Amino acid sequence: MLTFIIRRSLWTVLVLFVITVLVFIIFFKTPGVDPARAIAGRNSSPAILAEIRAQFGLNKPLPVQYALMMKKIFISRDLVSYSNQGVRVVPEIAAATPATLSLVFGAAVLWVVMAIGIGVAAALLRGTILDPLLMILALIGVSAPVFWLGQVANMITQGGLHGTFLFSWVPPLGYTPLTQDPLLWFRGLVIPWITLSIAYAGLYGRVLRANLIETQNEDFVRTAHAKGLTDGRVLRRHTLRTSMITFASLFGLDFGALVAGSALLTEVVFGIHGVGYLTYQAFTNLDLPTIMATVVYGAFFIVLANAIVDIVYAWLDPRIRPE
Amino acid sequence: MALLETVEVDTELRPAIAGRNPWALAARRLRRNRIALAALGLFVLIVILCVAAPLYANDVAHVNPLVPNLNGHTIVNGKVVPVMQQGGGVLHLGETPIGPTGDLSHYFLGADSVGRDVAALLLYGGRSSLIIGVGSAVICSVVATVIALIAGFFGGIVDALLSRLMDVIWAFPLYLLAISISTELLTHSSGFQVGPVHISASSLWLPTTIIAFVFVPYVYRPVRGQVLSVVNKEFVEAAIAQGAGNLRLIFSEILPNVVSTVIVLMPLMIALTILTESALSFLSIGVQPPNVSWGTIIQDGTDLIYNRPWVSLAPGIMIVFTVLSLNVLGDGVRDALDPRAKLRVEG
Repeated sequence: MLTFIIRRSLWTVLVLFVITVLVFIIFFKTPGVDPARAIAGRNSSPAILAEIRAQFGLNKPLPVQYALMMKKIFISRDLVSYSNQGVRVVPEIAAATPATLSLVFGAAVLWVVMAIGIGVAAALLRGTILDPLLMILALIGVSAPVFWLGQVANMITQGGLHGTFLFSWVPPLGYTPLTQDPLLWFRGLVIPWITLSIAYAGLYGRVLRANLIETQNEDFVRTAHAKGLTDGRVLRRHTLRTSMITFASLFGLDFGALVAGSALLTEVVFGIHGVGYLTYQAFTNLDLPTIMATVVYGAFFIVLANAIVDIVYAWLDPRIRPE
Repeated sequence: MALLETVEVDTELRPAIAGRNPWALAARRLRRNRIALAALGLFVLIVILCVAAPLYANDVAHVNPLVPNLNGHTIVNGKVVPVMQQGGGVLHLGETPIGPTGDLSHYFLGADSVGRDVAALLLYGGRSSLIIGVGSAVICSVVATVIALIAGFFGGIVDALLSRLMDVIWAFPLYLLAISISTELLTHSSGFQVGPVHISASSLWLPTTIIAFVFVPYVYRPVRGQVLSVVNKEFVEAAIAQGAGNLRLIFSEILPNVVSTVIVLMPLMIALTILTESALSFLSIGVQPPNVSWGTIIQDGTDLIYNRPWVSLAPGIMIVFTVLSLNVLGDGVRDALDPRAKLRVEG
C-alpha cells in the first residue's frame, strides 16, 4: 500500500509538471501569438513592445520564463497579473476559492441526495412504469446544457415571477460571502446549487440504479435475505453499500473537476466570481500569470482528486488492492 | 417414402439455424427496441429539419436569417409592423425585437437582438451544431481508435508512452482545456496555422478540431482495453502463422473486433460534443459570426431573456431534444451490440 501511495504521488507531480508546460506552450508558443502585443494592445509601436518584453521578462529563453513563473507561484507567491496591473495572482485565487467551494459543495450535497433517491426508487420500482419514467427524467437532466438551465432559472426567478411570493426571496445575481451574511449567502446560492446539481443527479441516479440491480443478484445479497434480515437492512447494509463504490469514485473525480474550475459555466451565468470565472476572464484577457496560476490550481485539485479516488477505491474494494 | 416426406415437412417448418452475421443480429435487436427507434426517429427528424433550413428561410419565411434586419418589417394579423419595435423594454427605452407571432411564415418565434428570424436562425444554427457534433465525434473516434490500435498492438514502451500522454490530457479539466485552446486560437490569433494547413477563425473546422482533440482520451481508454483483450487471441496467432504483416493484423484481424466498442460510444460521443460545442459557443469561443449555432443563439438571447425569452428557450429545447435522443439511442445501440452489458449505464 505504501509503495502504491508513493508511486501515485510521483505520478501526480509529473502530471502537474506536464500540464503546466503544456499550458505554457499553448499560450506562449502558438504560431502567430505574441503575449507582449496582448499586453500592449494591437497597434503598439515596436519600441513599446520591446520595452514590455523586457519589463515582463518575455525576451528571456522559454525554460527560464517557465521556471521564473513557477518560482513566483510556488515560492515567492508574488506573481503579478498582466492585465490588472499590480494585482497579485495567488491571493486573488485564494479570495475566489470560497465562492467556488460554496457553490460546488452545496450542489454536491444536493446531487448525492437526489441521485440516491432516484437510483434507489428506480431500482425498487423496477418492472413498474415509474422506473423508465424516472430514468427518462434523469436523462433529460443529463441532456440539458447547464448554462441554459441557469438562464431559464434566472428567467423564472429574476423575471416575471420575481414579484410573486414564489421567488421574491431570491436576491439579485451575485455572490455574498458566508462570513458577511449567512442568510443572504444561502438565498443567493439555492438556485445555482439546483442548476449545477441537476445533470449530476441524473447521471449518478442512473449509475446507481444499474449498480443496485447488478448487486441485487449477487449471492451475498441472497444470503442476507436467507438469514432473515429485513429488506431495508439488506438494502442499506449490503446492496447500497456495495453499489456506492462506483458512485464514490465518480463523485471524487467530478467534485475535483468542479472545484478546479469546471463550474465556470454556472459561475458565469449566475455572476458568481469564483475560480472558474477568474480562469475564464484570464483566458479572454490573455492574462498569462493568472492563466498559469489558475491552471496550476485546477490541475492540482484534479490530480489530487484522482489520487484520493484511487486510494479510497483500493480501500473500499479489497479485490483491486495492489499486492 | 413417407418417412422422407415428414423430414422434408419438418425442415420446412423449422429451418436450420443459419449462421447469422452478428451485425444483423444487433440490427434486429435494435429494431425491436421501440424506445431506441423513437429516439432515432426524433434525431433523424431534427437532422432533416436542419438540412431543410434554406428551404424554410427562402420559401416559407422569406428571410435571410444570417444578416441583421434592423429596419425590416413583417406582417402580424394582416398589419405591417416593424421587426424592431420602439420601447417595450423595462424602461420603455430602446428597441425590442418582435416576439413570437405564431405565424410560420412571419417571424414564428420572433426576432433576435438584430432583427433576425429566430425560427430560421434556429434551423441554420442546428446545422452548425450537428456538423460540429457529428464531425468532431467521428474525427475523435477515428484518431482515438488508431492510437488505441497502435498502443494495444505494439504494447511495451509504445503503449506506456501513448497511455501516459492520454492520462495527461485526461487529467486536464475537459472544459478548461477546450476553453484555453479556443480562446487562444480565436481571440489572440486569427485561426490556426500548421505548415500549409490554415484554419481560419470563422471556419467550423476550428471548434470541430478542438472538440475532437479534447475527447480523444475518452474513446481511447475503452478501445485500448478492447484491443488488449483480443490481441493475444488464437485467431490473431493463426493470422501470424499465415504470415500476416502488422498492418493486416491490425486492420483486418483486430479492428473488426473493436469496431463495436466505437459504435456503442458514438451516439454518446455526439451527445457530449454537441453539449461541448454549445458551451463554447455560449462563451463566444465556439462558432464565430457569420455562422450561428444553438449555443450562439442562446448567448444572443441572454440580454433578451426577460422580454423575449424564446430567443434563448428555443435553441436550448432543441439541444435537449437532440442530446436526449442521442443518449436514448446510445443506450439502445449498447444493448443491441452487447447484450451482456444490459445493466451498465456508462460505457
